[in-house]
Amino acid sequence: MTVQFTLNGRRVSFEGSGARRLLDVLREDLGQTGTKEGCGEGECGACSVLIDGEVVDSCLVAVGQVDGAQVVTVEGLQSPLQQAFVEHGAAQCGICTPGMLLAAHVLLQKTTRPTADDVREALAGNLCRCTGYTKIIDAVLSCAR
Amino acid sequence: MGLSAQPRKFLLLNMLTAVGQSVPRRDGAAKVTGEARYTDDLVVPGAWFGKTVRSTIPRGTLRSITLDPAFDWSRLVLVTADDIPGDNVVQLIRDDQPVLARVGREIRHKEEPILLLAAADRSTLEDAAEHIRIEYEPAVPVLDPETATEVYATIEIRKGKDVEDVEGLEVVVQREFRVGLQEQLYIEPQGAIASLNAEGGITVVGSLQCPYYVHRALKRALNLTDRQAVVVQAETGGGFGGKEEYPSMVAIHAALLARKAGRPVRLIYDRHEDLAATTKRHPGVIRHRTGVKKDGTLLLQDIDILLDGGGYCTLTPVVLSRAAIHATGPYSCPNVRVRARAVATNTPPNGAFRGFGAPQTLFAAELMVEHVAERLGMSSIDLRRKWMLRLGDTTATGQKLTESVGSELVLDAALKAVSPLRPADVPTAGPERSEGCRRGRGLSLVFHGSGFTGSGEKKLSGTVAMEALADGTFQILTASTEIGQGTKTIFCQLAADALGVPIARVSVAPQDTSIVPDSGPTVASRTAMIVGRLVQEAATEIRERLQTEKALPPLRVEKSYVQPDSIHWDETTYRGDAYPIYAWACTIADVEVDLTTGAVRVTDLVTAVDCGKALHPILAEGQIEGGCLQAVGWATIEEIKMKDGGYQNDRLATYLIPTALDAPRIRTILVENPYSRGPFGAKGIGELPMDGPAPAIIAAIHDATGVWLDEIPATPEKVLAALGNRDTRHGKRS
Repeated sequence: MTVQFTLNGRRVSFEGSGARRLLDVLREDLGQTGTKEGCGEGECGACSVLIDGEVVDSCLVAVGQVDGAQVVTVEGLQSPLQQAFVEHGAAQCGICTPGMLLAAHVLLQKTTRPTADDVREALAGNLCRCTGYTKIIDAVLSCAR
Repeated sequence: MGLSAQPRKFLLLNMLTAVGQSVPRRDGAAKVTGEARYTDDLVVPGAWFGKTVRSTIPRGTLRSITLDPAFDWSRLVLVTADDIPGDNVVQLIRDDQPVLARVGREIRHKEEPILLLAAADRSTLEDAAEHIRIEYEPAVPVLDPETATEVYATIEIRKGKDVEDVEGLEVVVQREFRVGLQEQLYIEPQGAIASLNAEGGITVVGSLQCPYYVHRALKRALNLTDRQAVVVQAETGGGFGGKEEYPSMVAIHAALLARKAGRPVRLIYDRHEDLAATTKRHPGVIRHRTGVKKDGTLLLQDIDILLDGGGYCTLTPVVLSRAAIHATGPYSCPNVRVRARAVATNTPPNGAFRGFGAPQTLFAAELMVEHVAERLGMSSIDLRRKWMLRLGDTTATGQKLTESVGSELVLDAALKAVSPLRPADVPTAGPERSEGCRRGRGLSLVFHGSGFTGSGEKKLSGTVAMEALADGTFQILTASTEIGQGTKTIFCQLAADALGVPIARVSVAPQDTSIVPDSGPTVASRTAMIVGRLVQEAATEIRERLQTEKALPPLRVEKSYVQPDSIHWDETTYRGDAYPIYAWACTIADVEVDLTTGAVRVTDLVTAVDCGKALHPILAEGQIEGGCLQAVGWATIEEIKMKDGGYQNDRLATYLIPTALDAPRIRTILVENPYSRGPFGAKGIGELPMDGPAPAIIAAIHDATGVWLDEIPATPEKVLAALGNRDTRHGKRS
């Protein structure tokens, strides 16, 4: 089938099985490897992308489901969060960082003045094994308005 | 303008402009934009996909491998033990672990690699695996380390009198502790990509901590020369010890497939395979008998350690060594006996994991302080002050501590950082937390030897090189890897200040064995301290040559580790200077225990760490906070359930690690207590934060509920069982 969607503001077209994982299509067909696979089961959030503004695990989404949708990956993110992650030490090994950034971005879009607990709630689906989360939460709060 | 033209212009800076500053990390920008390339992100034209077929039994003999003749095998490459050009051994300590099981030989654990497949697409691989029949002659597996008879290593440490001869023991406390398996759970699973290279050898790019471990293993198994085997580290998504030794296996497998296929092969594990097959933290049983006078004076520590090594030796003897040396805790005792033993069972092999045996034995040591204090009716903090190692004291191995002893500094700093009110006395924060919950606080004091044990650094003699280039920049050549801890940034800081140049002029060469010397593995809290010191020395020499000899770039300087004459270690008697120096930490944990569900929540965690010198405060805090949360997970929720010699919960849906919701806010206090031979005074702290939280949490659970757990993780089931076993109602809190 043909699947057309907007990826990071550009219209893209994919020809092939609509059952393929969005994660694989992004990484293998469209060359966008910023989205990572950590578990393939929707547990770790490393493959988080935005679909129509919502954070979704792209390992659980068939590419056919995003026909006509707006998809954003870390490559398309332009947010003060990125600089804040570097400054606060919120990225260590970096493998969870793309997903973490996108989840935090959605929180900041939806919530003004989030509390630390709001941040914890928003990032609960994104596992990090390096930081203990403290510096990630600090980085996100530093960008809150 | 280049340095060669005006060298002095850049060489007059004598202040620290980089060290001690939280400069932006070198890999930061690439990691927040998605540009950083991890192994599976690399595009390799023409590469096939690889797959490992593994044993389904824990023990037995491999009888036969039969391929379905009706299946089209021409679309695949298949590798068995017969295709190994070199030795069928994963090079490490003992030559016991095969690259692939051989027909007619023993299988020693579930998930043991038997054969390898490669194909152009993944579905062919999955199809093919269904058409292979593997037959075994099963044997009864050894699954209980306490009855296991095959021993990987034993260690005995003795100090003072024979235990039977120690007199004046007025109170003797005995206790047994158990610690469980733990998965490193780096978020990027293991992976490697192998390609044929121009030298007639193999180049492997992978997710790994120790390029030269993989290099040695490749040479041995594939019968390659130094030049033919090339190992390159890709950006690596976490290690924690899990990518110390196992990547050798992945790399050899990928290389064997590439060699046979005549094309590149990608071997990337999925999470399930990674959880099921790769190494875990050694579980253990630790028994203590502690003798004191009624006033608390410590007279005897008699400690037995049993670690389960699993199916192959891997790094077990070295893990046991660190376990044994840390078993007394950071205390000064005149009479010590530590008897340590690591045995073989038929589970997947256990291996390196942050802390490397020390978290296991320090857990027991710290809880023993609590039990002795309780028996004596003393405060456990006072007892620690009475027992703790101080400047001039000697450890169990007879090492005299002559500098940078931070025991009291970290204890005082941590106590000062918490409110004097105990959490049980503080009104509860929210309604959902008040009903049926009890709060408590616990403390631990730990030390951790930085760098390799004993003569390890001397034998290894790690090397770094530094080059001054004609364009006025400087390059650090080292095999030490960036795995998130900040090595690339820290090395640049050290070099910049030793050279007296702005940090922007310093870079780190890629971790590629065809380019960089063997600086040793990125393990053992040694990278910033031992290798960093070599970077500092190389940079200092470059500076001197540029300044005093008026040498002109390009210049290259190499520095190798030389053991100071003052360090003595006898491996046969286990006497002497076990580590160049120790880092110290005091951790205070507040917990909330739900009496109905048994769930334990760590609500606050404060840790004071004597790091010598904080080279980069944010990175140092990041190491400590991450290590502490990993320890919180080990102490509370990370449980591996065994079934028939395999892991029952080998998926991320069932092996749980702390999320942002589970994690307490971790407060780090960096205590600077310089070490004369560390770079700018720094000591290694990568592993230390793994040691303290578990005993502090168990002590906090006791403070909250009055029950002592002797085993971690403190899962709800164990907590409820312990609460159910209380013979009296919760009343007195000690």
